Amino acid sequence: QQPAQFTNPETPGYVGFANLPNQVHRKSVKKGFEFTLMVVGESGLGKSTLINSLFLTDLYPERIIPGAAEKIERTVQIEASTVEIEERGVKLRLTVVDTPGYGDAINCRDCFKTIISYIDEQFERYLHDESGLNRRHIIDNRVHCCFYFISPFGHGLKPLDVEFMKAIHNKVNIVPVIAKADTLSLKERERLKKRILDEIEEHGIKIYHLPDAESDEDEDFKEQTRLLKASIPFCVVGSNQLIEAKGKKVRGRLYPWGVVEVENPEHNDFLKLRTMLITHMQDLQEVTQDLHYENFRSERLKQGGRKIEDEEVNKDQILLEKEAEVR
Amino acid sequence: CQLFGYVGIEAVLDQMKIKTMKTGFEFNIMVVGQSGLGKSTMVNTLFKSKVSRKASQPGQEERIPKTVQLQSVTHVIEEKGVKMKLTVTDTPGFGDQINNENCWDPIIKYINEQYERYLREEILITRKRKIPDTRVHGCVYFVPPTGHWLRPLDLEFMRRLSKIVNVVPVIAKADTLTLEERAEFKQRIQEDLKTHAISVYPQEDFDQDPDDRALNDRIREKIPFAVVGADQEHQVNGKRVLGRKTKWGIIEVENPAHCEFPLLRDLLIRSHLQDLKDITHNVHYESYRVRRLNES
Repeated sequence: QQPAQFTNPETPGYVGFANLPNQVHRKSVKKGFEFTLMVVGESGLGKSTLINSLFLTDLYPERIIPGAAEKIERTVQIEASTVEIEERGVKLRLTVVDTPGYGDAINCRDCFKTIISYIDEQFERYLHDESGLNRRHIIDNRVHCCFYFISPFGHGLKPLDVEFMKAIHNKVNIVPVIAKADTLSLKERERLKKRILDEIEEHGIKIYHLPDAESDEDEDFKEQTRLLKASIPFCVVGSNQLIEAKGKKVRGRLYPWGVVEVENPEHNDFLKLRTMLITHMQDLQEVTQDLHYENFRSERLKQGGRKIEDEEVNKDQILLEKEAEVR
Repeated sequence: CQLFGYVGIEAVLDQMKIKTMKTGFEFNIMVVGQSGLGKSTMVNTLFKSKVSRKASQPGQEERIPKTVQLQSVTHVIEEKGVKMKLTVTDTPGFGDQINNENCWDPIIKYINEQYERYLREEILITRKRKIPDTRVHGCVYFVPPTGHWLRPLDLEFMRRLSKIVNVVPVIAKADTLTLEERAEFKQRIQEDLKTHAISVYPQEDFDQDPDDRALNDRIREKIPFAVVGADQEHQVNGKRVLGRKTKWGIIEVENPAHCEFPLLRDLLIRSHLQDLKDITHNVHYESYRVRRLNES
């Protein structure tokens, strides 16, 4: 990359705004990124292990797994943990929103209400901030991506999976993930993936689609994008344990019959999932902003408009609030 | 009283054996668990033949039914002259719905219906020589290998069913757990069962003598068995073995270092098959009979 500098003004026709991407890049690096990832799935599907593996950290150091007796009392909870990760000067403020209790009860009728409320609340808050007078420090807590964990033990989607995804596909980017993939042979994986994709289409579920590579990208990137698209849903194995295999230390799981390597593309799609998340973080945010948030906003404002006609709005109240904001 | 010479009483054992071989015997097993936990494969692996309900409808795509259904398939299998009339009852739809409340009711109903059927035959004035036995001798319950704890559904089911039938819980698709994870999971399950006073097979209350107790204690330490099912053979070290082939190794189903399938098979078939039938007849069926007779 050419360091940003003013080129010779005598070069005919050159204005200098080609430098803009570098400026944007520098500003972004300074500002850092915010990303909120929601994780949804039944207990025991490998969610926490996968998240820890993806971000090479332990987001849940004091975790106690609740027994069934405690589970019977509970409803779905929302637990958000935020970490600041920095790599080569680029700061990422990552929030992982966990949803313990989802899918665990005998009757899961109501188990997604809490989750949908949470997503809507973040949109509501952003809408409120965006409409406010002081917009310098809007914090974006909107959910940019939802990893939905499908059980590798079933034959495809369960009724709960279908209902949940249909309830949130217009609010958040859904990335279906199959964890604990070491329970499946490669053939079984292909069959399961195909089955899931068929069922997703059959039920009209909208999952996040990776954008095609632009025509001016290089062949490698185009090929990588094709490979990523063809592998959805990703079948992954998570682990942060180092195992000795073939003379070197790798992250993996040790069984009596062999070692499953997390970062081996022949063993599972972990690297693909990580690549997809990193290279498309920006796009996930954009789609959330341009599609899901705008949907929410227009729906909300249509409702909101009607509300103002019905009730007597206290204008003085609003003015006072705005004054407080400016201060 | 002392015998002066050889009388030949022990010949009775041989006669009983020959009789059993000629009449053959019935064994009814039920498999319960969510869709995809390997129930049908496990049954095929246990009896080394295609005896599951899927085997009788090959190629059909697996669809989750909207309610719990019970499907029984009967086969007669033979080994070294001994005939076994094996009935496998499967329960597709169990635990697969969004609302699984009372999904155990159809299963309880079925089990009680078989007891009722036997009772009806037993109280007839002119009885059949051999009452056909459709009672469920063992119910294998498949626990998903989450590695955490038993789920509310698992506890509810086992609590209710263990009162009327022999329940044998197993950890399904155990090839997803490392040996460490397996041990931890088992311990938590055993704790859970104890906390909720769920008595699974072999039940402590029915140990007949110290030898029995010692043998069963050893089994109870290992319950639930961590099993893997497979119906395909692969070449390992020059031998054909039943197993699952993956990129990182072959999981040999009958290798005790890999999984506990041999223990399950030994329990259900080689050592405790008759015991399962006896307990069903002497304990569970009798309880049912007493309840029914008291009602009328």
